[in-house]
Amino acid sequence: MKLDRLLFGDNQFFGVNHMSEERARQSAMRFQDTGAIIEVIDSAYAAGVRSFMCTTHERIAEVAEHVRAHPDRYDGFTFLPCMPYAHKYANAVTEHGMLGALRHFLPDEGYLNAAMRGGRAFAGKDVEGLVTLLVDSEMKMFRGLSTPVVFLQNVVVDLLLGLRFDAAFSIFADHVRSRYGAEPGFITMNLPLALETLERAGIENPIVCSNMNKLSFRVSGGTAAYDEVLATRRFRPIAMSVFASGAIPAREALEWVHARPQIESIVFGASSRQHIEATVDIVEELWGETVAR
Amino acid sequence: MVRIGVVGAGKMGLSHLSILGAHPSVEVAGVCDSMGYLLDVLEKYTGVAKYTDAQRMLDTADLDGVLIATPSASHVDLVGAALDRGIHVFCEKPLSLSAADSMRLAERAAELGLVSQVGYHNRFVGTFGEVKRLLDAGAIGQVSHALAEAYGPVVLRPKGETWRSRRSAGGGALYDYAAHPLDLLGWYLGEPDSVTGAVLGRVFSAETDDEIYGTLGYASGASAQLSVNWSDESYRKMTTRVTLWGDHGKILADRQEIQVFLRDTASVPDGYRRGWTVANTTALTPPVGFYLRGEEYSAELDHFVRSVERAKRGETWDPVNDFTSAAVTDVVIERFLHPDDASAKVVEPQAHGWRAARAARRSERHA
Repeated sequence: MKLDRLLFGDNQFFGVNHMSEERARQSAMRFQDTGAIIEVIDSAYAAGVRSFMCTTHERIAEVAEHVRAHPDRYDGFTFLPCMPYAHKYANAVTEHGMLGALRHFLPDEGYLNAAMRGGRAFAGKDVEGLVTLLVDSEMKMFRGLSTPVVFLQNVVVDLLLGLRFDAAFSIFADHVRSRYGAEPGFITMNLPLALETLERAGIENPIVCSNMNKLSFRVSGGTAAYDEVLATRRFRPIAMSVFASGAIPAREALEWVHARPQIESIVFGASSRQHIEATVDIVEELWGETVAR
Repeated sequence: MVRIGVVGAGKMGLSHLSILGAHPSVEVAGVCDSMGYLLDVLEKYTGVAKYTDAQRMLDTADLDGVLIATPSASHVDLVGAALDRGIHVFCEKPLSLSAADSMRLAERAAELGLVSQVGYHNRFVGTFGEVKRLLDAGAIGQVSHALAEAYGPVVLRPKGETWRSRRSAGGGALYDYAAHPLDLLGWYLGEPDSVTGAVLGRVFSAETDDEIYGTLGYASGASAQLSVNWSDESYRKMTTRVTLWGDHGKILADRQEIQVFLRDTASVPDGYRRGWTVANTTALTPPVGFYLRGEEYSAELDHFVRSVERAKRGETWDPVNDFTSAAVTDVVIERFLHPDDASAKVVEPQAHGWRAARAARRSERHA
């Protein structure tokens, strides 16, 4: 499948701002009500955006429910889930310990096969069963919706990269493809290492989302290393943190991305109709095509 | 290559293990944890050598360095065992639950010429480093007061199941959360002369503290106030913040942003102006080779690895967060348990009993 040029992100809805905690708090206040989130998504939709790259936060479950309930308003709209929402797991590990956290999130009841899979996976120390169960648990909220790509979040991807836990990537990729008919995507702050690892894990031409911006903000190994893999590796790059949380003016930031034609898509977050429309306009002008393909 | 073993595969241990695994100069020579399940998974899927006995790993894995990320009550014995074997040590914070133990470990590491480092990662955060640089440059003049804060959503219900919910095991907001702002205060203002007005409050926990407040006094005449709460759900994740007031200005910093107000009387450093200047983490944080959770975690481990490399070559290294520095923080932590204005009749017998019992146990062990 072909990725849209512009993907709408969700950091702005959950108080994430790398520049200022005060702005993060203001954003969190504004979006405490799911209706406010839906309003912004509607603005993005009206501006021509059709892909929502989102976490599996409980509030996104409410957004998904809203879209499911009004299919006529969201023709062609797709969700690109990014799992897991790290903070709920991190907090659970702090409170319950490692195994306690796993028990906390694995379903206690439900389908017999799920219970059997979980029980056997635990006893056999087989992570395949655990990974697939956790993915299924996270994907429940998107039931009945279009999810052409399913992403593994950077906190997990990067943890696994350092641990050299290659098998987890192929387990995730195989499961997403076979069970959801979707492409696996990987978010990482460490692009060169991630590409090396995904290739070793047998995942060809992977969809990989990473920080790519003019400032080299959180670009591990530096822009030269990223430009080298863009030039030499076979993968489908998505640029994130393109504006570096507002540190780079929009046109300048997007021109920098446009100068790197291998970059297939950009994920951006914005809180207002004006910012969304301005971003869409610049992208359509620079690339000479609509943001949804 | 630097051969490093990791003791403790909990949340911090796994994170450190990953960062070390991605480090070009490190070979992860072993992982030790009491939870066999997790070790089996790691061994099965990543090939790392597993140990359930730390002493055995220290003895047989041919380590240059060890990273200790275990419950805090076990730090003294593990660090001591590593030092006895001539192994460089990175230990998660706090170094120990006893200031005296921390000072002994610091002396021992120095005597042996070993690299020692404690995981006070905020000293590797760009904004907090910038505060230090401005203070050293005298940008805001003589500091009169500081406020050091840490808040986060850790304990939000009456029940907990890990060592973090028991103070005796090193759990609680004092050891886990307050240690960070106290370490920053130590870095900025030095060792306090007094600790008064200490509150170790409970919001949800039964056996440990959820809130820490208090006042620190310094030889310079400056004061500082500590405000810590790990039962604060208004924060999405842990937030540490420092505010400092001086006769020529004011500094406010968290891990994202530093805000500086300079009066007309200030001598203005490059990049700043009179009135407000704001700088953020994007400008202040140098990139790291591998990013996981935050540059500061990668930077602190990289610093340890490079220090060990220099030590192996017989060169000197730049100590950051060494045991001597961490011991100062542990002294202050202990003073919150025994503040200067506490009633001696309430505290003294318990403290004496605790110290005597501990001393007796240590004597028995060494006999």
